Amino acid sequence: MNQIKTLRDIPTREQLAPGHRLCAGCGIPQIVRFVLKAVPDPKVVVNATGCLEVATTIFPYTSWKVPWIHNAFENVAATASGIEAAFKIMEKKRGRRKPRIIAFGGDGGTFDIGLQALSGALERGHDLLYICYDNEAYMNTGIQRSGATPKGASTTTSPAGRVIPGKLERKKDLISIAIAHGVKYAATLNPAYPVDMYNKIVKAASTSGPTVLHYFTPCPTGWYFDPSRSIEVARLAVQTRIWPLYEYDNGVYRITVMVKKPRPIEDYFKLQGRFRHLLKPENKWLLDEIKKEVEENWNRLLKLSGAST
Amino acid sequence: MSTIVKGRRIGLNGDRAVAYAVKQADVDVISAYPITPQTIIVEALAEYVNNGELNAAFIPVESEHTALSAAVGASLAGARVFTATASQGLALMYEILWIAAGLRTTIVMALGNRAFSPNINIHCSHDDAYAARDTGWIQFFAENVQEAYDLTLQAFRISEDKRVLFPSIVNLDGFILTHSLEGLYVLDDKDVKDFLPPKDPVNPIDPESPKTYGPLDLYDWYIEHKRQQAEHFNNTLPIIEEVFNEYYELAGRKYTPVKTYGMEDAEVAIVVLGSSAGSVRYVAKRLRRRGRKVGVVSLTLFRPLPVEEIIEVLSSVKVVAVMDRSYSFGSPGAPLFLDINAALSNAKERPLLFNVIYGLGGRDLTPDHILAIYDRAEDIARSGEVKERQIWVGVRG
Repeated sequence: MNQIKTLRDIPTREQLAPGHRLCAGCGIPQIVRFVLKAVPDPKVVVNATGCLEVATTIFPYTSWKVPWIHNAFENVAATASGIEAAFKIMEKKRGRRKPRIIAFGGDGGTFDIGLQALSGALERGHDLLYICYDNEAYMNTGIQRSGATPKGASTTTSPAGRVIPGKLERKKDLISIAIAHGVKYAATLNPAYPVDMYNKIVKAASTSGPTVLHYFTPCPTGWYFDPSRSIEVARLAVQTRIWPLYEYDNGVYRITVMVKKPRPIEDYFKLQGRFRHLLKPENKWLLDEIKKEVEENWNRLLKLSGAST
Repeated sequence: MSTIVKGRRIGLNGDRAVAYAVKQADVDVISAYPITPQTIIVEALAEYVNNGELNAAFIPVESEHTALSAAVGASLAGARVFTATASQGLALMYEILWIAAGLRTTIVMALGNRAFSPNINIHCSHDDAYAARDTGWIQFFAENVQEAYDLTLQAFRISEDKRVLFPSIVNLDGFILTHSLEGLYVLDDKDVKDFLPPKDPVNPIDPESPKTYGPLDLYDWYIEHKRQQAEHFNNTLPIIEEVFNEYYELAGRKYTPVKTYGMEDAEVAIVVLGSSAGSVRYVAKRLRRRGRKVGVVSLTLFRPLPVEEIIEVLSSVKVVAVMDRSYSFGSPGAPLFLDINAALSNAKERPLLFNVIYGLGGRDLTPDHILAIYDRAEDIARSGEVKERQIWVGVRG
């Protein structure tokens, strides 16, 4: 396992070619490049329909220097299952070497339409690394709410209206869902913490069986912020405890970036158009609810990881 | 059918016969979900795998959507892949049917033909087969258990042929074939191995030679790709016939895209798919003994539709009754009727046609029904007039 200490330790070889059409400031390329660097060859990438798929493979071009397969939207885990099972048996029967299987899905493809396929793949125990790049809405179709959209966010199907101020439902807890399936390794990632991210990818890739990584994916287009502030937004998500960085490793929870003194949630919200309405006095009740839930979640993780406040 | 028959004779139901063929085909991956009336197939395959009789990965998926999605991945990886479904399961796979064909996988699927809901029914209609008709899968219809076995073996060979590279469906009528015990000849494993060597995949997933499968394809290329797929698909017919001939040499059983009975002098004919062909032939035989010029045309190959063969056997007939075990709401005819009409549309001579809806949800087709269809066809031949374009048989009230 090649754990790293600083950014300088990250291999320089790139397997995602430039020229793709992901937006300026988009958080997706960083996770893809890191995964391709951290997971040793040979490897195969399976991709659900979504931003990453449409922006990197516009025929006759492709950004992928590894085998890349797109089947449909809701079935990336299913497709990856089939590839994994096929290589496993072909290795046994005909000696073809089994590559590592990596699946990328967005939050729609993971939390919503692809959840059943993911559940099946995790239950069956296929040897694959599943990465959810979570930009917290259906960005590829134009910012519609998903099961991963956080409470309070305004999207085109949960707009901050005069009566209903954005999405009123909580975000699903993907990591708990994964753990409930008995996965051995699951973790949250954030691009503002690249060393933490890289090391978690290495750990996940060297764990046999299914592993799940949940990646915070800043989206200037859908969250309405200046693309140059992507990493700042991402860092604030961690520092406000909205996006705790933690891992679950063979039954042990560990908060990997301890946030002793959280920044005010308002600092994170005021940078993004999708949350700005929450700072109005009439929506204070919702802001308070969100604050309470963020705190509860942090305390839950502290308890699970045996850490003290 | 030839009298030189190789192999041994055993008794199996249609599902078990398919499973036996899949075992002999030495598949690498089975990805399937249970659904009546095909469940016996996947149960039998799971037994083979777990008893060490078949060295394959059995993926016990959580839905038919995943069954086919995983099959697509496995096939692209280079494996020989089988799945099976029926009715609602096929409907749930629908989206992926197109993808499996467009990505040029070589999956073989057995379809235990069953009616679509509502109301829920587990018996035979051809709704599921017809739902797949435009998706780019080669489709065979078995008339009996022997054909279900033979067509399954031939389907692998045809799909994996480098000039083909399209997935195949082997249709077998739900319960009528899936659950009926019949005697059949099965080949020796060695003969199957010679006929069907291990898959030699074209452009499989290979980290040494990375490729992008299933990219975004917009108005600047999509239509060319579809045109290419259409041409390749339509060119599969001679290759299918070539494999049929090779199988004949091996097994002594001759398959043809179109099967005919009495068509050398028939004035009226029935066109039919699946197990009903046998019943229709039985009635036709009795009528011909009494001097009535009736014939039967059944399609072993439904996709690609063998258009030239259809024109050849039907264009000089006076009246054709096309039997559909399904209904197409709001359409002037059910799918097979539309196909036969379209196939004959530019023929120099063409018969009068009418459409018979029968057997939905497993309703029996009796010799009396068939007799009535021939009577009607002969009446039309005499009068030269089709009063009702579509009739239903075997319906109360």
